Amino acid sequence: MTTLTERPAPPRRPDAPQRRTSGLQQSLTLAWRNVVKIRHQPEALADVTFQPIVFVVLFVFVLGGAIAGDWRDYLTYLVPGIMVQGLVIAAGGIGVALNNDIAKGVFDRFRSLPIARSAPLVGAVFADVVRYLVSTGILLAFTACLGFRPTEGVAAAALAVVVAIAFAMCVSWVFVWIGLVVRSAGSVQGIGFLVMFPLTFGSTAFVQADTLPGWLQGFTENNPVTHLVDVVRGLLLGGPVAEPLAWTAGWAALLLVVFVPLAMRAYRRRV
Amino acid sequence: MENTIEATGLELSYGDTRALAGVDLSAPAGTVLGVLGPNGAGKTTAVRVLATLLRADGGSARICGHDVAAEPDRVRELIGLTGQYASVDEDLTGRQNLVMIGRLLGLPRPAAHARATELLARFSLTDAGGRSAKTYSGGMRRRLDLAASLVNRPRVLFLDEPTTGLDPRSRTEVWDTVRGLVDDGTTVLLTTQYLEEADELADDIVVFDEGTVVARGTSDELKHRTGAQTLTVRPRDRADLPQVLAVLEQVSGAVPATDTRGTSSVPVPDAALLGAVLDRLTTQGIAVSELAVRLPSLDDVFFALTGHGAQPEAPTETRQEIPA
Repeated sequence: MTTLTERPAPPRRPDAPQRRTSGLQQSLTLAWRNVVKIRHQPEALADVTFQPIVFVVLFVFVLGGAIAGDWRDYLTYLVPGIMVQGLVIAAGGIGVALNNDIAKGVFDRFRSLPIARSAPLVGAVFADVVRYLVSTGILLAFTACLGFRPTEGVAAAALAVVVAIAFAMCVSWVFVWIGLVVRSAGSVQGIGFLVMFPLTFGSTAFVQADTLPGWLQGFTENNPVTHLVDVVRGLLLGGPVAEPLAWTAGWAALLLVVFVPLAMRAYRRRV
Repeated sequence: MENTIEATGLELSYGDTRALAGVDLSAPAGTVLGVLGPNGAGKTTAVRVLATLLRADGGSARICGHDVAAEPDRVRELIGLTGQYASVDEDLTGRQNLVMIGRLLGLPRPAAHARATELLARFSLTDAGGRSAKTYSGGMRRRLDLAASLVNRPRVLFLDEPTTGLDPRSRTEVWDTVRGLVDDGTTVLLTTQYLEEADELADDIVVFDEGTVVARGTSDELKHRTGAQTLTVRPRDRADLPQVLAVLEQVSGAVPATDTRGTSSVPVPDAALLGAVLDRLTTQGIAVSELAVRLPSLDDVFFALTGHGAQPEAPTETRQEIPA
């Protein structure tokens, strides 16, 4: 009885899709969707555009003198840290965006299509590379105007950006998960900041670890943000790179192993 | 021959709430199954189970012979879904929405654009294709949503309240589209709160209430099964009204009611009584301007089946609108 209807009726579906597309291709299509949305709404980039400038002004000119004695010296120390902080905060935006998307019902359509389950989430993570590039580009351009100069050459600087963005893509899975398990976009943002502030301020991004109380040093020295800041600092200004890079890669792998499955499970459950 | 849509004993609970308490559904190829019921009756939940968005706690469902739980990807290739809340991407243009879906389904870029062009033309959206969907009117959005669910030429289409909130003209447009799809052989499952819509489109109707099917059949069968028919007479001369009332009472054995226009009506078990009434009125020389037997509306049927109207929350909303 079943065999009669087993085959799809070929005459009615002459140019029916032939399931040749991979999950990667589907993710890229959905990443394209997110990038097109940015083009329709450029104000979605306002946070990553102005935040680096505001933070540099705040830290360099308001706090720089007190922290380092001279704002110029502090600028040099600060750029790698603020680049990483900007990326971690930019990564947090994905949670809010996904939460909104799901509330609007677009994801129901994706879920009813014969595509990889992970494609909408992976696509959103890919699309955020645009936000990361804007954040880092603005930061480097603005600090260059203030006199910041990388010392290790263009290739090393480019590598620093690539490593930092790759790490941000891994961190964003934490926020993907938060965005899916928390009900409203407003609380996603609140929880996001609770995660981001201890990680970015409790690192060597803004101050050297030896200025901190002992108990905090323990946290700071094992903080993934510290390792990443050390890599970026080494590639921009010179210093050891290999060891912090190994730590960063380890943290990135750990984030993916833990949070990608958590996010996928939350996505399947979210009605 | 197996039905295109076949569900047996579907059960699903959200916590303590039983959204589906053993639902059977079936629809042969190329027909429209209307699922009728008030808000919260379980219509949307049933659609989401059949469209592989939700997994039932109990029972099974097959689309074109494929189990929705065991072969969800196979089922997704065969279905199109238009949600209760139009699920197009507002920030994209109409064309971009359709191209995106074509690309996701594996069409090469030129083919995806060609399919988008074809669907925009079919739904009279060619001129609006380049505008972002958030600028569309309610009717245009619903048409785009329908177009989006047709990119993969589905054999089964789920329309979850496709005309809720639309003006009458847009509603008629959606109805015409649905009829066209069914003529092409598509099987449609349509949920609606509008009895008129089920009456217009559906070959078979199931009536949901509190997660169960309380009645099923064609529109006519449902009207026959519940609620008596009504015989109405209006004499040309109002002075004849007392004699008309007497005739109706003799023939039907029930007390007739009269409205302000002088029309008398009485419930009758059988349309054949019409002849007896006409005979007696003719014998007494009474001229009538109206004489008819009317089936109950689906509204009457719904009320008889569930004990409440189709939209029980409507009066509350009206009250809420009045400022305190």
